[in-house]
Amino acid sequence: MLPILDGLFNGISIGSVLLIAALGLAIVFGLMGVINLAHGELMMLGGYGTFVVQNVFKELGEPWFNLYIFFAIPVAFIVAALMGLILERSVIRFLYGRPLETLLATWGVSLILQQFVRSVNWVMVIGMGVFCLLFFGAMFFLRRLRIGNWALWLMGWLSLGIAIVSGILIGKTGQEALTKAWFSARNVDVTAPEWLRGGVPLGNFQLPYARLFIIGLTIIAVVGIYWFLNASDWGLRIRSVTQNRTMSSCLGIPTAQVDALTFALGSGLAGIAGCAITLLGSVGPNTGQNYIVDTFMVVVVGGVGNLLGTIVAAMAIGILSYLIGSGTLAVLLVQVEPLKPLADMFLFFATTSMAKVLIFALIIAFLQVKPAGIFPQKGRTVEL
Amino acid sequence: MKSQSIKKRQLLIEAGIVGAIALLFAFLLPAFMSAFRLKLLGRFLSLAIVALGIDLIWGYTGLLSLGHGIFFALGGYALAMHLTLQLPDGELPEFFSLYGVSELPWVWQPFYSFPITILAIIIVPSIVAGLLGYLVFRNRIKGVYFSIITQASLLVFYNFFNGQQKLINGTNGLKTSTQNIFGVEAGSEPAQVAFYQVTILLLILTYCLCRWLTSGRFGRLLVAIRDDEVRVRFSGYNPTWFKVVVFAISGGIAGVAGALYTVQTGIITPSIMEVAFSIEMVIWVAVGGRGTLIGAIIGTLLVGFARSLLSEKFPEVWLFFQGALFLIVVTVLPNGIVGWWREEGVNMVRSLFGLRQEVVTYPSIDEAPEVQKEREEIGS
Amino acid sequence: MEGKVLEIEDLTVNFDGFKALNNLNFSMDTGELRVIIGPNGAGKTTFLDVITGKVQPTEGRVIFKGRNLRRTPEYQIARMGIGRKFQTPRVYLNLTVRENLDLICNKKKNVFSTLFAGSVPEEKRNVLSLLETIGLEAKADLQAAFLAHGEKQRLEIGMLVAQSPDLLLVDEPVAGLTDEETENVGSLLLALAASHSIIVIEHDMEFVRQIARKVTVLHQGSVLCEGNMDEVQNDPRVIEVYLGQQEEE
Repeated sequence: MLPILDGLFNGISIGSVLLIAALGLAIVFGLMGVINLAHGELMMLGGYGTFVVQNVFKELGEPWFNLYIFFAIPVAFIVAALMGLILERSVIRFLYGRPLETLLATWGVSLILQQFVRSVNWVMVIGMGVFCLLFFGAMFFLRRLRIGNWALWLMGWLSLGIAIVSGILIGKTGQEALTKAWFSARNVDVTAPEWLRGGVPLGNFQLPYARLFIIGLTIIAVVGIYWFLNASDWGLRIRSVTQNRTMSSCLGIPTAQVDALTFALGSGLAGIAGCAITLLGSVGPNTGQNYIVDTFMVVVVGGVGNLLGTIVAAMAIGILSYLIGSGTLAVLLVQVEPLKPLADMFLFFATTSMAKVLIFALIIAFLQVKPAGIFPQKGRTVEL
Repeated sequence: MKSQSIKKRQLLIEAGIVGAIALLFAFLLPAFMSAFRLKLLGRFLSLAIVALGIDLIWGYTGLLSLGHGIFFALGGYALAMHLTLQLPDGELPEFFSLYGVSELPWVWQPFYSFPITILAIIIVPSIVAGLLGYLVFRNRIKGVYFSIITQASLLVFYNFFNGQQKLINGTNGLKTSTQNIFGVEAGSEPAQVAFYQVTILLLILTYCLCRWLTSGRFGRLLVAIRDDEVRVRFSGYNPTWFKVVVFAISGGIAGVAGALYTVQTGIITPSIMEVAFSIEMVIWVAVGGRGTLIGAIIGTLLVGFARSLLSEKFPEVWLFFQGALFLIVVTVLPNGIVGWWREEGVNMVRSLFGLRQEVVTYPSIDEAPEVQKEREEIGS
Repeated sequence: MEGKVLEIEDLTVNFDGFKALNNLNFSMDTGELRVIIGPNGAGKTTFLDVITGKVQPTEGRVIFKGRNLRRTPEYQIARMGIGRKFQTPRVYLNLTVRENLDLICNKKKNVFSTLFAGSVPEEKRNVLSLLETIGLEAKADLQAAFLAHGEKQRLEIGMLVAQSPDLLLVDEPVAGLTDEETENVGSLLLALAASHSIIVIEHDMEFVRQIARKVTVLHQGSVLCEGNMDEVQNDPRVIEVYLGQQEEE
């Protein structure tokens, strides 16, 4: 009995990480049909946000440090949500109705974000500040003077040039503090507060507090999102745009604002997920890449625009990958004599990475039966 | 049939140009370029082959595959296995002894033979692509879903190859540069020049294949599937099989490219199946201009050289640049360089030389078709 | 059973509890021109979806030329001889008019003959005569994207005829057309009716009166009544369902 309980707990805890990571993705995909390949990088930003908050609280000393995680969660949410908002306003809104192009554009963003956290330093931030000041300042005046597009292009390049030159000049002054990369390419470690270390003993194994915390956080996030979508005004608007964009727009719902809000919300959730995963291991520029494919699979299996589907899919994938990957399934099956060959097969897949192979095969098999996910949208499609 | 003779002449001109460029690349360039640059060029040309394959499915059929690394790697591994087996009789490749394998696994057996290896380079990736395609297209999974699933399968193959130390040396991969092919060391300069020339030959063959596929009825059906799949189905065609076939062909092309790339790089490891590399393949096509075969080649070469230049001088900038490239191509240059040239570039150059711009009016022709037709009839 | 081109028995389509079609029985003779009318949500488009295989019925059968269409994929049904015209013209915008027609005129529609066999002379002649029929000879080598709306409609009808189907399904052919164009489409349909069986779905009563011989009224997923135009118009049930429109006329 105990190994099953153990498997269930670990599976649910993997599933809840998947769920909290996939939640934002599922909402954005359901509403706009946009697959955000930079979602993993938004998680990474959340992780780095947590790291920064942790460092600040370290300075403050002991009683405060234990509580940093409660400040880190909103910070991670805000950082990622702001980034998402910028992304939506500057790139994605121009690409609606072209999902494949959006895929590529968000991949470009994810590359930029990865390199950004590797090499960000004061010089770079100052340069970016100079560019924004010059460019948006110029845009402000050019709008008033009603000067054409060419001037905007010119100002864009000019600001870029000035920004780069000023960056190089500052860099030349040779001040270590300015040119040193904030995080560098190496992974950073976030220390969990004292009360999240250790766990509840249960028979031969223990339930780590960190995992329990993540499960709790996921439940809160899911309930919060459920409440937001079903009980608030903006939630109603989001749901209506999800179902019929044109009609909602005709009824006076500001679809552009709904899109921006949803995207920011989805990104913010990625930030919270990023905060959660700092409890499980270190955070680095490549962190996002480790999660993105798994979370996509959750969305594919769960079906579009359905919170329940996402939850069930995340839990199913989480539990299965733990049972297969840890070899629990193989051990269980070995005890039953006639199932020996099956047990051997599961033994072959009994590592974390090989488990992914089998899980993928199962997902493909599942899609043969239910191509549109667990809970497909029914009814006559508007496609024709 | 006046139009037919014009078509024939155009085809001849095209063949002439392609042949001339190929000869130039194959024989003249090796004389001028350093061995290092030549090797680089050879690698980019083999990447151009896989770009052609991607153009076939993305540019023409509208299927964005983010998993072509699988087929690329399968082709590469097939050739690398053959090279690894160039040993005195009864000896096993070195790495097997590290993992205590004393007998050659059955998967390796066929790769003693060169002809079977060549077949495997094309057929194994085609079959894998066809099977994956069948399982996905059968259920009418398309668009972003298809892209995500190909990406996931890429990751799965990556994990699988990484985990199989006893079979294919896991993460360490197979080294080809120190092995012999036809009695010559594969890493030596004469062998490399030969690979380079074979690459050009195969690039041209692939180009011709794609040209043939896209110019006839088959190609038009691919475009039809891209534009309106439902209509295709109601016209009595089964799009599933067309997509499976074209995906399999594209996979086979990627396999050939992978084999050529492997011998010119000197090693193949599972890292060739990293997610980023497969998406990069797509951007080559996008930069050159999807839906145009020549665009795929041009895009690959341009991005390839930009990459080697930037990452030599400022390695940090490359990722920024690549990210920006994705954004720019998608937002500003959706039809790539070739598409831009066809739409605007020609006129821009013309106006630079003070020539009259071609009139672009209703369907980019000077006069209404009815009038033209009547004029022709009166004239003849 | 000779002479029936289409028979539908006890057809029910259940979308998650909502019955789009409910115990529908329907049959029509070979060579018949049948018009189907009905208020919004009567299940007209679902009816076509079921016949063409896009939607699988929950219960009941569709029998076309004596063959049950259950679990037959759309492309097979199309090859058996059912052609469908969509509400908005759907042609391949990036292909020329000639290429559009050529794709449909292709007799062997499997992958390998499409790949290896070119167009045979007979098919080429077919394309030429079709071009003439729909009056797009001059624009034959123009991309379909450049055609005007009415020209696209004609091209799509041409593509439909190229399929040489036994049964034509036409979904609201005159929506958004002028009176004159409406009349043209009407006479085109009547001309086609000489050699094909046709089902037309339409809202426009004026147009229905122009072409209809026999009318079927759908309501809430079942057949309400059937008969010629006068019978249908005087049926009290129809008047009840259609009250608003009846008074207009």
